[in-house]
Amino acid sequence: MDIFTYDFMVRALIGGALVGLLAPAIGLFLVLRRLSLIADSLAHVALMGVAIGLATAAFPPAVALGSTSAAAFSIEQLRIRRILPGDVALAVVLYCSLAIAVVVISLANGFNVDLFSYLFGSVLTISPSDLWLVVGLAIVVAAFVAVFYTELSQTSFDTDLARTTGVRVNLVSLALAVLTGATITLSMRIVGVLLVGALVVIPVMASLRLATGLRATTLLAMAIGVASAVGGIILAYYADIAASGSVVLISIGFLVIASGWSWARNRLSRAG
Amino acid sequence: MKDATNKGNGLVPQGGAPYLEFRDVLFAYGAHTVVENLTLKVERGEFAAILGPNGSGKTTLLKLALGLLTPSRGEVLIIGSPPEKFREWGRVGYVPQRLDSSQADYPATAFEVVAQGLYRGPDPLAFLRLTSNAKVTSALGTVGVADLERKKFSALSVGQRQRVMLARALVREPDLLVLDEPVAGVDIAAEERFYALLRRLNRERGITIILVTHDIGATMSEATTVACINRTLVFHGPAHAITHHELSALYGIPMEVLLHNALHEHR
Repeated sequence: MDIFTYDFMVRALIGGALVGLLAPAIGLFLVLRRLSLIADSLAHVALMGVAIGLATAAFPPAVALGSTSAAAFSIEQLRIRRILPGDVALAVVLYCSLAIAVVVISLANGFNVDLFSYLFGSVLTISPSDLWLVVGLAIVVAAFVAVFYTELSQTSFDTDLARTTGVRVNLVSLALAVLTGATITLSMRIVGVLLVGALVVIPVMASLRLATGLRATTLLAMAIGVASAVGGIILAYYADIAASGSVVLISIGFLVIASGWSWARNRLSRAG
Repeated sequence: MKDATNKGNGLVPQGGAPYLEFRDVLFAYGAHTVVENLTLKVERGEFAAILGPNGSGKTTLLKLALGLLTPSRGEVLIIGSPPEKFREWGRVGYVPQRLDSSQADYPATAFEVVAQGLYRGPDPLAFLRLTSNAKVTSALGTVGVADLERKKFSALSVGQRQRVMLARALVREPDLLVLDEPVAGVDIAAEERFYALLRRLNRERGITIILVTHDIGATMSEATTVACINRTLVFHGPAHAITHHELSALYGIPMEVLLHNALHEHR
């Protein structure tokens, strides 16, 4: 296994494994609440943050994190105060941030390579400081999901019922949105802004077709996420292809297998 | 001090504030008034059926009671407090009519759904801990679906799901049980068993029950009091005191038709 002798590969695999672990953990609660598009909207907000960061010579992931947190907060406020329906708020935020990103990029006469590494991911060029940011955010996201697992489960089951059980639904939703932003930011270098939504949603879709029980579904989604990320990066190294693409394609492979398996199981149980 | 909440009311039994009280409540969505001039009390120990035709404001009444909606005017009190200040949600079990997740293939098992009812605040170890629990097993046993504990909730029949939701409410060991059309879509035999179970919980465990339904026949025999709602309170009193006249006024059709339908439905 000569690939472990390269520092950049070790960093890539650690970063990839963390993203594969956490994106589906957050994603499960987004999918169950029919909010999976929030990942895409926040990814474009992160792109805006990166563009502003590059133009102003600030640390792009930090600007991206600030932007996604602010956007997540705004989306939740628009929805809770019923100023805009949830899906419309997501669309407005997506196009608004994308437009700002385009304007900033044109003002700075393009960033070519740097911007491309955020758009399409560039897991092999993760620096030690990038990795520390990924590790830090991963700890925060993991702690949130672990500590508020019950609240997240209840809120995704039924919001009115969660309220009458004593769960502070609006606070949990807000925290979920902000941490989705954090997850997007930490996933950005691995799979890129354009594909980050896939890693949030696809392992969850695969797991929902196989597992029984919320806990089992959570664990299986995380396992599929890690397998996709690590498998995709190793494949990218040997086949000399873009890692973001191979990571997402492997996760889609899992989804296809899971769908086939669940289809066959339903056929068999109906026949028997 | 103990009787401060009871002044001006000779009907309150010992044990403090009514479990649910509406004082001249008005609720409107924009220009559309859903309930108005609504004054109603449910005392501790009652099995109160709230009856009314579709669109009469029954579900709105429950949502107001649980603080899920805020009255446009008037006052709502649940066990003596306005819902927004009420902190003892552990005393209340709620069985909603429909769930946000009912269309999705929500992955939780019946066990996991019922265990949600045990919620008492953030628990960092919940993810590691919740694999079995004697209270959950016992609640599923009480409602007669102990064998479904490891089954996927979303794969159960409508009637089985309603029982699991009742178990989720009971596992909280509530003083007050609030149910919204719990037998909608359930066959007659299952419906009768469900009502009999509610009556037993009311009598044996002393749980106060507020049941919203449009089903006249069953509630007449099981409930202790009936409140008829059609935008406002039409009748409120013991179940046996309700007259054909009031029911006809409520539904706008002659009572013979209603009773015939009720009997027919329950055959």
